[in-house]
Parts: sequence; structure tokens; C-alpha cells
Amino acid sequence: MIKRPDMNINEIQDQIIDDFSLFSDWMERYEYLIELGRTLPPFDPSHKVPDYIIEGCQSKVWLYPEFKDGIITFSADSDALITRGIVALLVKVFSGRTPDEITGADIYFIDRIGLRQNLSPTRSNGLLAMMKQMRLYALAFKSKQEHK
Amino acid sequence: MKLSKTIEEIRADFPILSMKVHGLPLVYLDNGATTQKPEQVIRLMDELYRTANANVHRGVHFLSDIVSEKYESARETVRGFINAGKKEEIIFTAGATASINAVAFSFGEKYVREGDEIIVSEMEHHANIVPWQMLCGRKNAVLKVIPFTDEGVLDLEAFRGLITDRTRIVAVTHASNVLGTVNPVKEIVAHAHKHGIPVLVDGAQSIQHGVVDVSDIDCDFFVFSGHKVYGPNGIGVLYGKEKLLNDLPPYQGGGDMVATVSFRKTTWNELPFKFEAGTTNFTGAIALAAALDYLTSLGREAVAEREQSLLEIATAGLSSVRGVRIYGTAPRKVSVVSFLPGDIHQYDAGMILDKLGIAVRTGTHCAQPVMERFGISGTIRASIAFYNTAEEIEALVKGVRKVTEMFD
Repeated sequence: MIKRPDMNINEIQDQIIDDFSLFSDWMERYEYLIELGRTLPPFDPSHKVPDYIIEGCQSKVWLYPEFKDGIITFSADSDALITRGIVALLVKVFSGRTPDEITGADIYFIDRIGLRQNLSPTRSNGLLAMMKQMRLYALAFKSKQEHK
Repeated sequence: MKLSKTIEEIRADFPILSMKVHGLPLVYLDNGATTQKPEQVIRLMDELYRTANANVHRGVHFLSDIVSEKYESARETVRGFINAGKKEEIIFTAGATASINAVAFSFGEKYVREGDEIIVSEMEHHANIVPWQMLCGRKNAVLKVIPFTDEGVLDLEAFRGLITDRTRIVAVTHASNVLGTVNPVKEIVAHAHKHGIPVLVDGAQSIQHGVVDVSDIDCDFFVFSGHKVYGPNGIGVLYGKEKLLNDLPPYQGGGDMVATVSFRKTTWNELPFKFEAGTTNFTGAIALAAALDYLTSLGREAVAEREQSLLEIATAGLSSVRGVRIYGTAPRKVSVVSFLPGDIHQYDAGMILDKLGIAVRTGTHCAQPVMERFGISGTIRASIAFYNTAEEIEALVKGVRKVTEMFD
């Protein structure tokens, strides 16, 4: 059996918002993101190929999806630690979900923790590109499932 | 050499320098990307739009006359600033990139054939690579590259070896935007000229750092951007030797660049107008001249000296931080320091420095071949201007130290 997260997408988002509300300044938030980046599970080096690179980020980001028993598991990595932290947040929210959960999710935590405002447009686009890619994978797996 | 103003007076001339970012004083060390503008330039642009706006060289009316006169006087200021022989050799363009593209097109049309060769260096900004690659693509010509050493010094012996009887032009930067290296352009020009080959010098990173004398360098083309020398953006300069410019076809057609137009035949206007099609950025040109006058009034040698002493402080300070590697250690440098703190990603470092109010550039700096040469994905670049202070450099060093602690 694939391990499913204990919380649903909104509960996880609320928890992330709670976690970030503890910090008084951005330096602490960055330190937290760096910590999160370090907790990201190791990424299979054989997946570090151009196919899994997400374009549009200042640093390199790899995202690898696995689809089993109706559940998508994401693994991801970045060569920059802050980006890894951001990636870790997205993995927390989106990994271990069904395609429907992902495509139907309303993602509000990014704005609520000030990530979007604190990243310049190009960087923010990187974040949006990662999210878009996760949703695209979900759509692709969903249609695969329906055509079985 | 002494600056004609105190550092406090100078900083007061640049309103943006007193800004705060994220609640902290702005430390602007991204001058290689663009420089800040003094009041003298900002006010002049405002005043021009209020009191002296009409199209140049077009009308016989009062305002058009005033603007045309200011525009031509700006051309003379630029001529004097780079010590060109004639005012007609100064073409206003949109920037250094536009200038290089103009030469690559016009020169390429006239002189480059299949199998011909063009020489650039490994430390060029993309702006001095891509237009030549495009030309090579159009003409089936070959691009050859002068390598540089680990210190970031051009290999002149290799350069001499690259020259053949098919070499048509050499395009090389005066100062590297990443490594800071000041290249021996005079020597390069002298050698190329022995073989009858013209040389384009990219001055985008040298014009703001001291005295540039195109007559002494004897280069055939010299280009720079206004916004990197305390002027507005969207204005730049192409200097070319009169004879060459006369030989070259125009690269854009339109108003003001023609003598007569009929559907049978159109004849070109004389220099410099032949290369200034359409309504030029005359406001920008006049404001650029004001920026150059500002530098001249401060004392260009004194500006260079101050920047060199800040460069020394930055180099020593950054070197003292554990794990910091500096890329570009040539004996002659402009005030640019590229570095990486240990294995920390330049993007991570840049984000933290930003939160400390420090503006530096991170990434490949539009010079990917330089990154490839060192096998890195990018650097952090601090580029220093005369209005920076030793305290600001200290803030950078402290910031980098903080970064290394955070990511340790």
C-alpha cells in the first residue's frame, strides 16, 4: 500500500500557514525553508535528467512523479537550498494524493505565508512553474486512469 | 587625484541611494547591470520634456531648432569623452547591444563571405557573441574564440594564432562584466591592424571606470550603453572610424537617414545620420551627455582611483570569508568581483543578501561561456561604483559571512 499523508490538502496548508506565523522576520522564514530543504528525502540521481527539469527557475529544479494504486508520489530536488525548501512545501501538499485531489485543490498557502510577494516575479514564476507541472502530471495520470 | 566633491555630496546627488529596502539601507552593488542616475540627469530629462521637446532635424520652428542643437551638442560631448576624431563618427543607438548588432549586420553585409572568420573572446557578454553567430549563420562564416587563463587573462598568443587570411573582424570586450579583467585592447588592435583586420571594442563595462581614449586604442568600432554610465537607458553609442562608416551600408532604413527618396532610387544621408534612421532617442542622448559631464566634473581619474581602492577592500574582505572563491584575478581589473561562497548556490546567497538590503547580481551574467570555462552554474557579482563606500563593502562582506553561517 502507498502511504497516504495523515492530513488532507487544506489541513496541510493550514499547518504550513501556522508554522510560518511563528516567525517574526524573513530571515527566520528563510532559515526554516533551508531546514525544510534539508529534510527533503534523497532524490534518485538517475532521475536527474532533462526530462524532469522544470524550466523557468533561477536554480535547477527536478520533479519526478510516480503513479501507483491511484496515488501520485512526487520526489523533487534543487541545487539551491531555499528552492529545495519551497519544493519540500509543495511535495508536502501534493505528494500522496489522487489526481482528483490535486487538480481540484485550492492552493492558498503561498499567498498566506507571503512567499509570492517575497519572491521576485521570475522566482515566483519558478514556484508557479513547479505547481503547474505537478497539476499537469495529475491531469495526465487521470486521463491515463480513465482510458484504462 | 581628488574627486571634486565629498562622498557625502556625491551620494546626495543620487536620490535612490538613500532608499531603504526591507527596512534596511540600500547597498547597491549591481552597478555592472545598471548604474543609478544623478539629479543632474533626472532633472534634465524632466526639464527637457517640459521645455525642449520637438523632433530633431525636422522642423524650422523654434523648439525643433533648440532640440537639434542640444542633440548635436550631446554628440560633441560624447566625442570629447572618448576622444574620437570627429563628431560624425558618433552614432546614437539604443545601447551597446544595438551598436554591436548594427556593426555585425552592416559590416557583415559588406565584407563577410562564406568561409570567412570572425574572432571573439571566451569572456564576451552574450551581446558580443550572438550577433556574430547570427552573422556567421547568414553567411556560412566561422566564429573563432580567444581563450582565457584561470586568472581570467586573455591568451594573446592563442589570439595571434587564430588570425588567418580569412579573418574579417575581431570583436573583443574592453573589460569583462564577470571577471572584471581589463583587456589589452590597444595591443590586440595593433596586432590585428598589422594584418589589416578591423577591431570592435565592447566598452559597456569600461566607459564608466575611468578614461577611455578611442584614438589611443585605435580601435575601428567602440560601443557602450548610456545606462551603465549614469545616463538613461535606451540610449547608447556606436563609435566608428569615418572611413569604415562611410563604406558600410546602413542597417535600418527610414526617416532622416536618407538624402533623397524616390521609388526608383534612394540615396543615403551623410554621417552620422545614415545610421540614425527614424526619430532617435534625442532626450536620452542629451541626458547621456549630462551624465558624461557629471563624471568629467567629478574627475574621471579620481573616479577610477576611488573604485580601485574599493575593489581592493572588497577583494580582501571577501577573500577573508571562509570558503569564498573569487573568479577573475587578473592584474588589471575594473571594480567587479565575482565569487562563490563554498558550495552555496548563488541563488540562495543572493536571496539572503537581498533581505539584508544588498543588491548584487546572481547567475550567469549573460556570459554562459565564462561559467562553462569554470564549470559552475553561476556566480554572485558585486560591481562597485564611485558612490559606494567602504562601509557598504563591509556590509557585503558581513552579509556573505552570514550566508556561509546560515548554509553551513
